[in-house]
Amino acid sequence: MAHGHEYVSNTKRIWFVFALLSVVTTVEVILGIYKPASLEFNHFVGLNLLNWIFYILTIFKAYYIVWAFMHMEGEKSSLRWSVVSPVIFLVLYLLFILLTEGHYIYGVFKDSTIKWNF
Amino acid sequence: MEATVTTANNNEKTWGGGEDIQPLGASYGKMMMWFFIVSDALTFSGFLAAYGFSRFKFIETWPLADEVFTHFPFMHGVSAPMYYVALMTFILIFSSVTMVLAVDAGHQLKKTKVAIYMFLTIVGGFIFVGSQAWEWKNFIKGEYGAVETAGGSLLQFVDKEGKRVALNEFAVKLPEQREALTRSHSTWFMEDAETQPTYTVAEVQAGFKAHPELLIRTENLTKEKKKTVLSREDSETRLATAKYVVEGANLTRNEYGSKLFADFFFFITGFHGFHVFSGVIINIIIFFNVLLGTYEKRRSYEMVEKVGLYWHFVDLVWVFVFTVFYLV
Repeated sequence: MAHGHEYVSNTKRIWFVFALLSVVTTVEVILGIYKPASLEFNHFVGLNLLNWIFYILTIFKAYYIVWAFMHMEGEKSSLRWSVVSPVIFLVLYLLFILLTEGHYIYGVFKDSTIKWNF
Repeated sequence: MEATVTTANNNEKTWGGGEDIQPLGASYGKMMMWFFIVSDALTFSGFLAAYGFSRFKFIETWPLADEVFTHFPFMHGVSAPMYYVALMTFILIFSSVTMVLAVDAGHQLKKTKVAIYMFLTIVGGFIFVGSQAWEWKNFIKGEYGAVETAGGSLLQFVDKEGKRVALNEFAVKLPEQREALTRSHSTWFMEDAETQPTYTVAEVQAGFKAHPELLIRTENLTKEKKKTVLSREDSETRLATAKYVVEGANLTRNEYGSKLFADFFFFITGFHGFHVFSGVIINIIIFFNVLLGTYEKRRSYEMVEKVGLYWHFVDLVWVFVFTVFYLV
């Protein structure tokens, strides 16, 4: 900000976040290549543990990109909430509707004599 | 005349984007960039959720990403799943870092540093777009080829060990095949040499008959998350229903499996690549503004911060595309 308060450089934090994101990506890639059977074939609430790990790590990375790189941590909480909360709410809603319906259609094809061709 | 101007000049209650009143504590431009990002994030979420919808619909036949994206530059015939996209992810994260360093230098009004970091960001962006083009090239070209049945299922070829076999390793050339139409034999708009597959269905079937060691692999996933391999008799029955030879991928059919898989791949990575490309263009414009000293005169590098937000957003989307397409 040009006006007013003194800006403190946070190069250190930037490199820290870069290292963190790199490590997380490396872990994801290693898990993606080896796919440990103990994780892949054990399920928790309809999703296997490996995919749970992938999704949690993705959200972890997203948090650091938004908070550190996009500097959301320096914004007012009113801006933070008005940006983050609609996205979270709408995405959860969208995923719930579409994945439930997708699963339903899968059931229709599975239990009937219709052969899918689209 | 004065009377008409007063309302326009009265900025006590109306907000024209000025610096005196700042809702949410951010300048007009920055706040609007945030809300643009919100809407764009919802667009991408819609695409990815639609991908999830289609995948749930065909959960037992969806292609395995490990078998589709196996290429790495200068490593021919080596199956290297994941490594290339991992590299692309690092490139994009690193260009995000240089961008945030440019913003940081902008806060300290260090013009040269801003310019250098902006330049590195642009280079990173170009490398990423180029990598994506290479990825698309491999995806479109395909590696093994397959056949599609009249019912729309896809059949791939494997040997006894379950290793994939390409069409050109066994298909025969039959004499009575139709010649591809070239421009020299027709009017300028009639040509099908490009779209015509290398082999006809009959040639693939004849080649399959001549190689008793070959088997057919269907799209169905087993409990171990592997594709089902049929017995030799079943393979012959299934192959008799073949209708098309599929090589590589286009929007109609692809050799990897579900048609929607390629459609979503092209659409989502294409839309993301378009974002990266436009981000690079905007970065170039801002880079030249930095060089010209526009922001130096303003004593504020906020414009760099605003394009930075967009650039980080592109990185953010890639994090999700990476997970959804390549990992899960």
